Amino acid sequence: MSKNSNNNATNRKATVPESAGWILTGGRVVDRTGERIADVAIAPDGTIAAVGLDLDLKALGLTKAPVLDITGCVVSPGFVDIHTHLREPGREEAETIESGSRAAALGGYTAVVAMPNTEPTIDSVAVVRQVLDAGLAAGLCDVRSSASITLGREGDALSPMAELAAAGVRIFTDDGCGVQNDRLMRRALEYASGLPEPVVLAQHCEVEALSHGGHMHEGEWSSRLGIPGIPAEAEELMVFRDIALSRLTGMAVHFQHLSTKGAVALVREAKASGLNVTAEATPHHFTLTHAEVASYDPVFKVNPPLRTAEDVAAVKAGLADGTIDAIATDHAPHTDDVKEAPFDHAPCGMLGLETALALGITELVEPGVLSMTEFIAKMSWNPAAIARLDDVHGRNVEAAEPAHLVVFDPALEWAVDPSALASKSNNTPYAGRVVRGKVRHTFLCGVPTVLDGEAQR
Amino acid sequence: MAERERRLTPPYGGVFVARTRVMTADDMKRATKRMAHEIIERNQGLDDLVVIGLQTGGVPLASRLCDALELIDGTEVPVGCVDVAFYRDDIGLRPVLPETVTDIPCDLDGRTVILVDDVLFTGRTIRAALDALSDYGRARAVQLAVMVDRGHRELPIRPDYVGKNLPTRRDEAVDVTADGVDLGEMVK
Amino acid sequence: MNRPVTNPRHGRLRSLLSISDLGPDVATGISEVMTLTDSFVEVSERTIPKVPALRGRTVVSLFFEDSTRTRLSFETAAKRLSADTMNFSVSTSSVKKGESLRDTIETIEAMGVDAIVVRHASAGVPRQIAQWATSAIINAGDGWHEHPTQALLDCYTIRQRLGDITGKRIAIVGDIRHSRVARSNVAAFTALGADVTLVAPPTLLPPSLEGWPVKVSTDIDAVLPTVDVCYMLRMQRERMTEALIPTIREYSARYGLNERRAELLPDHALIMHPGPMNRGVEIDAAVADLPNTVIVDQVRNGVAVRMAVLFLLLGSGTTWGGEADV
Repeated sequence: MSKNSNNNATNRKATVPESAGWILTGGRVVDRTGERIADVAIAPDGTIAAVGLDLDLKALGLTKAPVLDITGCVVSPGFVDIHTHLREPGREEAETIESGSRAAALGGYTAVVAMPNTEPTIDSVAVVRQVLDAGLAAGLCDVRSSASITLGREGDALSPMAELAAAGVRIFTDDGCGVQNDRLMRRALEYASGLPEPVVLAQHCEVEALSHGGHMHEGEWSSRLGIPGIPAEAEELMVFRDIALSRLTGMAVHFQHLSTKGAVALVREAKASGLNVTAEATPHHFTLTHAEVASYDPVFKVNPPLRTAEDVAAVKAGLADGTIDAIATDHAPHTDDVKEAPFDHAPCGMLGLETALALGITELVEPGVLSMTEFIAKMSWNPAAIARLDDVHGRNVEAAEPAHLVVFDPALEWAVDPSALASKSNNTPYAGRVVRGKVRHTFLCGVPTVLDGEAQR
Repeated sequence: MAERERRLTPPYGGVFVARTRVMTADDMKRATKRMAHEIIERNQGLDDLVVIGLQTGGVPLASRLCDALELIDGTEVPVGCVDVAFYRDDIGLRPVLPETVTDIPCDLDGRTVILVDDVLFTGRTIRAALDALSDYGRARAVQLAVMVDRGHRELPIRPDYVGKNLPTRRDEAVDVTADGVDLGEMVK
Repeated sequence: MNRPVTNPRHGRLRSLLSISDLGPDVATGISEVMTLTDSFVEVSERTIPKVPALRGRTVVSLFFEDSTRTRLSFETAAKRLSADTMNFSVSTSSVKKGESLRDTIETIEAMGVDAIVVRHASAGVPRQIAQWATSAIINAGDGWHEHPTQALLDCYTIRQRLGDITGKRIAIVGDIRHSRVARSNVAAFTALGADVTLVAPPTLLPPSLEGWPVKVSTDIDAVLPTVDVCYMLRMQRERMTEALIPTIREYSARYGLNERRAELLPDHALIMHPGPMNRGVEIDAAVADLPNTVIVDQVRNGVAVRMAVLFLLLGSGTTWGGEADV
């Protein structure tokens, strides 16, 4: 349990306005203990006052608290996205920490981990502080910062990991690319294992010698469309290497956005052999395939690329059997300007924060791949544990726990409209898609950041 | 009406339903022979004459006219055909595609062209044909022979040789085949 | 994939972005173009090879990648149809400097054009442009993807020399992987019922041939005696630096069409090449000048085929393989 993260949580309380508390009635409470119908009372101090049926509001001192009837909705610990590109500093035209936090809150997230591929790279305490401060100022979401493994994400020299960890960083990653140098990656893991804080190294698995020049998954569609491809093996080779290095160093490795059947199988095997590895998958890698690229619309350009239907099935199977611990959005905003380029010139990435819940329900829960509890585990407490945020996030819905909560209607049907999203960018690949499941309320430290689907600031 | 115009004149398509037979095959044969005589008389022989049928209805008539000319004069007259699709004034307004490849058998410079069509109606097809012919050289003269003149001209064009003058209503249709000429309507 | 584009000035039009745009039945669509091309071949042979069909229409050639031959062919075609032509040359460097593709298109369209002929080094650009534009878009080659008018002129040339393409055996030899000509030709030849064999080292084949109704061989000597058409692709020197082939010399020795190999071809077999040729690399100088080498016919037919495409899109009032909207 880290001192720093506690400090952040305490600091945040000072920035949120006073409230009379909130009462949520009739909801389906889902946390790691399972599922039950109960009312949830939120105390003015930002903690959960009580959970149960027939709460004695007088005894709780919450008679003035507004009551929200959430019958038919699920109430669960707020979601945690361990893979968010907030673009600030450097690319504020695509997203700011404020607009990204708002998108996160609307997506049901109470914590996000900002990726370090900003300009400048998050590889120094100064930039980490800038990100954390901007997150606090926005007050919509608990914004945490990752930091790069190598300086400038250039793959040559290690970032000052101890300083960064002391400033609150728990995830180190060069996301956007993988650490290509085997020896450097080994050293990074060894060095990180000696830090006082519990950190994890997360890898964007891509061997550039194989992926270089590619813009989509290499296979049937790349061949037909004449777009240079990225073979699945570019991802799998690095997964293989990092499993070996995890074994060698005894250090935890987290695999970001697994997208291939082979990569899922490697992680499954590594877990079975007792290695300390975790993995995430994105909503687009369990929803979309490379066939989407036939439109040549760069909104479908993402890294790792959209893969085959077989890979999508493997990712779903990995989610179902626990090989893949978490769903992470890889929310990657880009302005229309840069996305309206030729496919091979356009940058990679798609929005994710505001659609992840609905895609999970539509693609995983409704078809029976995951139960609602399993799904929320991968949205909330599992990623919280990976990002070492489980001291405050992904907690059970119980008295005295911090009231980081999401309330969503799992049956509400809606069509994705890019212009209606809170993100500053429009690059969602789901425009027009009808999905089910929408956030109604999000509470951060007991304060609603989203009420009735509307962001509160 | 010529097959081409039937397909291209709104309403497109439809089926021709005959009401009255206005010329029999024999009538057409006699008319063709008479027109051949008129051509020879007017041009004082067949020297430098070339017969060009308009795609598609004018083509069989052109070849029959040539046969008639040869029978009378003993001279073989070159015969060709022209498709005016690329010269029409309604390109882009209605479906226009050539039926066949234009075939002009000789250089038209200094020659007299007998342009042959089955039905003369608005005159627009003939206007297009005159433009087309000018791309093959500067003919000394162009004369127009039609089996049926049904009136309703929209351009200052008149035929030199006519098989039959047939007063019609604008909404009627005229169908020329080897069997004869029928007056009727297009039915959708 | 057939996305109709509406132009308020001329009713309904469609764009030609790939061979599959030629209608639900590609073979019928190609035949329609072939028939119309016959008429334009006749026009091209006249003393005055020009018709007024597209008077008042404007055709813009928008070439993001240099290709003098294709641009000249399209411009000649447009001029022979009496269309006005504009040339919007964009150097690749200015695109890289951040010029937005969409801005370029919107600028051109604001001038009131009817068709845009697009060549781009990136696959899919014509399709992207067609989403933003109201004019007809004609793909004049996009990256490794397609070059549909090249395939149409190749089909026409084969038909002119050998008749019906159905059942013809066609070998496409060389760098299939990076070839837009190969992709369009495979689509067109197989739609017409030809029996297509790709001959190339595995490094120069697409990574996956799933859904390609073709045979594959690495032995050109075994394939040549069986074919009606031997279609040679251009070999680019940079393939060597990408380690796709060891040396150009080795490539020529294994896959080049030299005089000995040309002897293996049946007497009637055609030798084709999309140009520009690398004499001495994929084709020997002497072979390029054989009577059965129809490269000049391909170029000549290119103008007539492009006239047919322009006329179908802008003048005929018809839509590919279907009835016109009035």
